[in-house]
Amino acid sequence: MEIIMSVAIGFLFMAAVYLMLSKSLIRIIIGTGLLSHGAHLLLLTMGGLGGQAPPVVADGVSVGDYADPLPQALILTAIVISFAVTSFFLVVAYRSYQELGTDNMEQLRGTDDYE
Amino acid sequence: MSFVFLIFLPILAALFVPLLFKKMRQIHTGWFVLIVPVILFVYYAMLVPTTSEGGQLVSSFQWIPSLDIAIVAYIDGLSLLFSLLITGIGALVVLYSIFYLDKNREQLHNFYVYLMMFMTAMLGVVQSDNLISLYFFWELTSISSFLLIGYWYTRDRSRFGALKSMMITVFGGLMMLGGFVLLGIMGNTYSIRELIAQAPEMASHSFFTWALILILLGAFTKSAQFPFYIWLPDAMEAPTPVSAYLHSATMVKAGLYLVARFTPIFAVSGTWMWLVAGVGLFTMFWGSFFALKQKDLKAILAFSTVSQLGLIMSLLGASAAGYHIGGAADTVFKYAAFAAIFHLINHATFKGSLFMVAGIVDHETGTRDIRKLGGLMGLMPITFTIAMIGSFSMAGLPPFNGFLSKEMFLTAMLSLTEFNLFSMDVWGVLFPVIAWIGSVFTFIYSFFFVFHTFAGKHKPDLLPKKAHEAPIGMLVSPAFLALLVLVIFFIPNQVGDWLIKPAVVAIQPFLYTAPADVNIHVSAWHGLQPEFWMTLGIFLVGGLLFWKLHKWQRAYDRFPDNFTLNRLYDNLMYLSDGGANRFSALYMTGFIRSYLVYMFSFLIIIVLGALVLNDAFSINLNNLAPVGFYEIVILLALIGSTVTILASKSRLTAIIALGAVGYSIALFFVIFRAPDLALTQLVIETISVALFLLAFYHLPQLSLKEERMKFKLGNAIIALGVGVTVTLVALSSHSQKALPSISQFYKETVYSEAGGGNIVNVILVDYRGFDTLFEIAVLGIAGIGIITMIKLRLSKKEGQHENQ
Repeated sequence: MEIIMSVAIGFLFMAAVYLMLSKSLIRIIIGTGLLSHGAHLLLLTMGGLGGQAPPVVADGVSVGDYADPLPQALILTAIVISFAVTSFFLVVAYRSYQELGTDNMEQLRGTDDYE
Repeated sequence: MSFVFLIFLPILAALFVPLLFKKMRQIHTGWFVLIVPVILFVYYAMLVPTTSEGGQLVSSFQWIPSLDIAIVAYIDGLSLLFSLLITGIGALVVLYSIFYLDKNREQLHNFYVYLMMFMTAMLGVVQSDNLISLYFFWELTSISSFLLIGYWYTRDRSRFGALKSMMITVFGGLMMLGGFVLLGIMGNTYSIRELIAQAPEMASHSFFTWALILILLGAFTKSAQFPFYIWLPDAMEAPTPVSAYLHSATMVKAGLYLVARFTPIFAVSGTWMWLVAGVGLFTMFWGSFFALKQKDLKAILAFSTVSQLGLIMSLLGASAAGYHIGGAADTVFKYAAFAAIFHLINHATFKGSLFMVAGIVDHETGTRDIRKLGGLMGLMPITFTIAMIGSFSMAGLPPFNGFLSKEMFLTAMLSLTEFNLFSMDVWGVLFPVIAWIGSVFTFIYSFFFVFHTFAGKHKPDLLPKKAHEAPIGMLVSPAFLALLVLVIFFIPNQVGDWLIKPAVVAIQPFLYTAPADVNIHVSAWHGLQPEFWMTLGIFLVGGLLFWKLHKWQRAYDRFPDNFTLNRLYDNLMYLSDGGANRFSALYMTGFIRSYLVYMFSFLIIIVLGALVLNDAFSINLNNLAPVGFYEIVILLALIGSTVTILASKSRLTAIIALGAVGYSIALFFVIFRAPDLALTQLVIETISVALFLLAFYHLPQLSLKEERMKFKLGNAIIALGVGVTVTLVALSSHSQKALPSISQFYKETVYSEAGGGNIVNVILVDYRGFDTLFEIAVLGIAGIGIITMIKLRLSKKEGQHENQ
């Protein structure tokens, strides 16, 4: 399973990078969203996918059967942080639409005589 | 007395100069300044008896003891000679400048502060025994020279000349620092004396040649040797006292001092001998040849300085030959170092006076253009006499000191033909030949200088001012120097005993141990030797060519300007400036896409490169979780929605497909037994999609023009590269786990230690609570940022005002 997941994560990264290289601001932000999804899945996969039980203490489950809790805690933190950053990005993009009237990155280019 | 502090006397005195300039307007500031070099000169003159008996004096001041950096003043024959030149000519130049610079029109406080700064720097260079402090003072001379050349900073030419000299000498200075550091590593000390003591061991070190070349670069740039001489003619924009002091008598000799000082270390090397002697001799020829092309009095003198410095340099190179000859103290090879020092003194006297003469001519006629000058002999008889003494000495005529050192120069060059190491026996014959040709041109330009200025027809209508004799004060310094020119001719052996022989011992410690050992007697007449015939030839050929000068001097104008070294320098500066501009314009496109492309490309190259080079890729098929049916279904949904994002035409579709990706991932979390993640992911994906819709769908003017993303091959290749890289790294790292997980500890202790059942939550708030604290902070900051972005709206005008 880990091999298949690795390939799928690679695919997510590929799509994310392709979107980030595009001209449209919204596609770039969608790309960052895909990239964080890929990273979260990567964290989970690298922790090992072999757990038999969720990491909640229950009767009759031996210690070795719980899924690894540490990557899950890390991912939870990462999800929240990427959510915070993404929402801030979105508002920045929204404001730049309002002020500049475009979402084309090639028009959002600083000029040399900018002070 | 710890005379190391005397080095700093001028720069300390400089602190009072602005005060004196402001408060004592009626007295020319130069009179106060004059006291400093006079005191120093008298002090150093009193040390002459000590060194002439072979004594040395050391005085040190600890600067950074833990790094072996100290300011050590070491006085032996060589450094005392230079110190006397610096303070003696310094005093004369200050005296001259008092009459040259007007106290009401000029910014004297600047001038004398820079000049005193320079004097300290120069004394420091010649007395330093520590390499690092030598470098420190060396750069200080570059800086003060820069300030003095640019003294009239409102003129374009001054600023250009100052910058040019700065660029070239600082380039050399930095190279020299490299050489010093190498020497320090080789000898494990920064003290020059200790390095000289262990010179034989160092010659076989692998850094030896590098140190040699780097130090020579420093010496050649400072002493205006070929091809670095180009800054010196442009430095003539400085006030004339500066030209006389820095650019003839002292600073340009710092490179000569360096070569002389390091001869005991490097003389063993053939590279050293060839480079120093060869470059010096070629510079001598080149400078004398192009001196005749110049139209400006000071430019003629600048080229002549270049030429004479080359002459001294070649003699210093020849002095290294004595190291290789057994019993050299009894052969003709002994002359080279003596001749070098002798000519160094002579050059300082006659060139200093000639510069002052050029300054007087400029001051009293308003021009230095030799085509406008002429016939000043009757109007300025004293100046003419001084100029004639200086020029004749420069040309090598008796009864002036230049004659004696020129004779010894020819002797030394002739001796090189007998030297049979380093293929000198084949090429050595070139040395006297080039030396002779250079001397002929020296003869011609010396006559050109004096006679085209003072003889011939007077052209009063071409002169901006009515020419008349200079005030007596301005004539004192050049007259004194001209007197020295004569005096030295008649008492060369006294000068030799007091000053030159101790210096020769410092240069050639492998030949002599004490000044008394230097068995050289200078005589004006030494029989019908080859030198005599060569000198006679110089006079005859030179005189003949000077007579017909008007016929062939125009040939100089045919030299193409495009191939000069100055043009090369200009192009180099232009290229580095414009080239750097064009280079950054090439890759700094301003598009985010370009920068992302660079970053991703480097990521791919570095990571894949590391994988391949370390042979790190591997797949381990053991210990894998089984592939289940639901996982595959969700995976297909995930991939399907990702493809939809890529292929969608409208933004709405893309946003919804992104939501689908998020929900598939939540389902993955469910399947892979992560309930908390699944909950969070579901909620957050919902809010994110809502935000996306809020931000983009409700902007009407943007939804009008929607198009599918165009396929771009370049982007696709980079994206594919990143995807492949991530996959390979993931596979390799999963297959090569070095250590077991630490989660065992959490699983076992979660209830007994932390009293909780949900291991993930306990990790978040108990085991690793700090992460959570700052994650909350991130969320808070994002919230505040969003509010600020939405609420705070300065209008454009106000916004610009804020920026200012």
